[in-house]
Amino acid sequence: MSEETKLQTDNLDLYYNKFKALNHISVHIPANRITAVIGPSGCGKSTFLRAFNRMNELIPDVRVEGQVLLDGQDVFALDEVELRRRVGMVFQRPNPFPKSIYDNVAYGPRAHGIHNHQMLDAIVERSLRSAAIWDEVKDELGKSALRLSGGQQQRLCIARALAVEPEVILMDEPASALDPSATLRIEELMQQLKAEYTILIVTHNMQQAARASDYTAFFMMDDNRAGTLVEFGPTRQIFTNPRDHRTEDYISGRFG
Amino acid sequence: MAYKSARLMDRGVKGILLAAAFLAVAIVFTIGLFILRQALPAFSQIGVFRLLSGTEWRPSQSIFGLLPMILGSLLVTLGAIVMGVPLALGCAILMAEIAPRSITAVIRPAVQLLGGIPSVVFGLFGMRVLVPLIRQIPVPSNTGFSILAASIVLAVMILPTITTVSEDAIRAVSGDYRDASLALGATKWQTIVGVVLPAARSGIVASVVLGIGRALGETMAMIMVIGNSVIIPQPLNDNPLTILLSQARTLTGNIAVEIGYSSGLQTNALYATGVVLFLLTILINSLAHALVKERAI
Repeated sequence: MSEETKLQTDNLDLYYNKFKALNHISVHIPANRITAVIGPSGCGKSTFLRAFNRMNELIPDVRVEGQVLLDGQDVFALDEVELRRRVGMVFQRPNPFPKSIYDNVAYGPRAHGIHNHQMLDAIVERSLRSAAIWDEVKDELGKSALRLSGGQQQRLCIARALAVEPEVILMDEPASALDPSATLRIEELMQQLKAEYTILIVTHNMQQAARASDYTAFFMMDDNRAGTLVEFGPTRQIFTNPRDHRTEDYISGRFG
Repeated sequence: MAYKSARLMDRGVKGILLAAAFLAVAIVFTIGLFILRQALPAFSQIGVFRLLSGTEWRPSQSIFGLLPMILGSLLVTLGAIVMGVPLALGCAILMAEIAPRSITAVIRPAVQLLGGIPSVVFGLFGMRVLVPLIRQIPVPSNTGFSILAASIVLAVMILPTITTVSEDAIRAVSGDYRDASLALGATKWQTIVGVVLPAARSGIVASVVLGIGRALGETMAMIMVIGNSVIIPQPLNDNPLTILLSQARTLTGNIAVEIGYSSGLQTNALYATGVVLFLLTILINSLAHALVKERAI
């Protein structure tokens, strides 16, 4: 692999109290690519994702060992507010704030001190355009975000994440609550976004990983129920010629 | 057979619950009608406008104006809200969002205990501690019995209600909102102010409405600390803030102080005081709800 590395973990262990949820994860996530994280339920995919923006810390009694790097910088040495500005996140369930569409997108920039109306207007329009939802909402930016459809809400959440100009977007099963056509729109959007952003996406849906991602990381639970990385590689290789028999078993639907 | 008896039981329970609900509504109406009927002679003989806008209350001369008491009730309630709401909201935010469980475990029972103290005890404290303290403020004709003392006592009395209900409202805000805000790089405080409190707004307003209801209705503690003079509250000197040192009488106090020895039209006027109190509460309630509805998105 000659790709530039954006995110990296070295021997990452994560504990919920005494329970080990991630076991020695070492991986390089390439820049400006879509990397899918797949694996059976409970294998630590989401926990792994949240290690990069330190959202695991919000849960009491979480302990992390090993390194997590963003552009070679230790994320634990960064201020978490600054880190989360650089590493955005889209959640499984669309979670727009109970505010107007405009205020949802402007929330991040405002939190970072931008209050100039023209600047905010420009950011909101640019973000909504990038998230491919501008044409649907441009005439009703004052409308409550909760009145949008689920698919629109999720694209709004993507726009909201883009508004703070992150470098990385973490997506935690962003389409699992959406219907097939809304899912397809999110996948198309990801292809447009990868020119500017590094995308890491957790998905339950193997077809989605196969058609939408450049690289795939396959996670499984080990004998102690801790999540381990079984195999990482270009998506095509993982799906056509996996090196590990467990990957092949999972992909061919023999378990999971 | 078992099925049939279960169905019968079902119907029986439904009937009992319906009867209970009906009884509750009937009691409210009965009380309302009773008060209104007793108050009617006052409204018809004195006149609604004169009763509400009259600045003097002299039962011996058959002059019945409720404006001093209306202002007294509104001022102490306003004072209690101004002092009590920030305090209560602060407690609620601390307990719901910031403090670790060990600290919450101390604060919550303490605040709830406050809600269990009888109002006459609050009055006693106000009369013996607050009033002498306030009397030290060097302003002529300051007796210590004052709107200020009443407002402070009321602020403490409404604290548990507002704190408990607001805390529940804040806790009920979906964790998804907090996660979304934090993941955008907002700080914890920005998240609380920008997302959590707005999302909990209707519950917080409800808590304040409950507090206002309690404040308007409080009687015993008010009688003990406010002086009960029938005067339109006015500043005691050039400083407008000294209006807080003015004595006053509340609508509730008016009824409680005089009902024991009243007769004739005076009794009717006291019932009318109750009607005014009732309407004032409803008015403030609907104002608060309109406020929430209008700003909800």
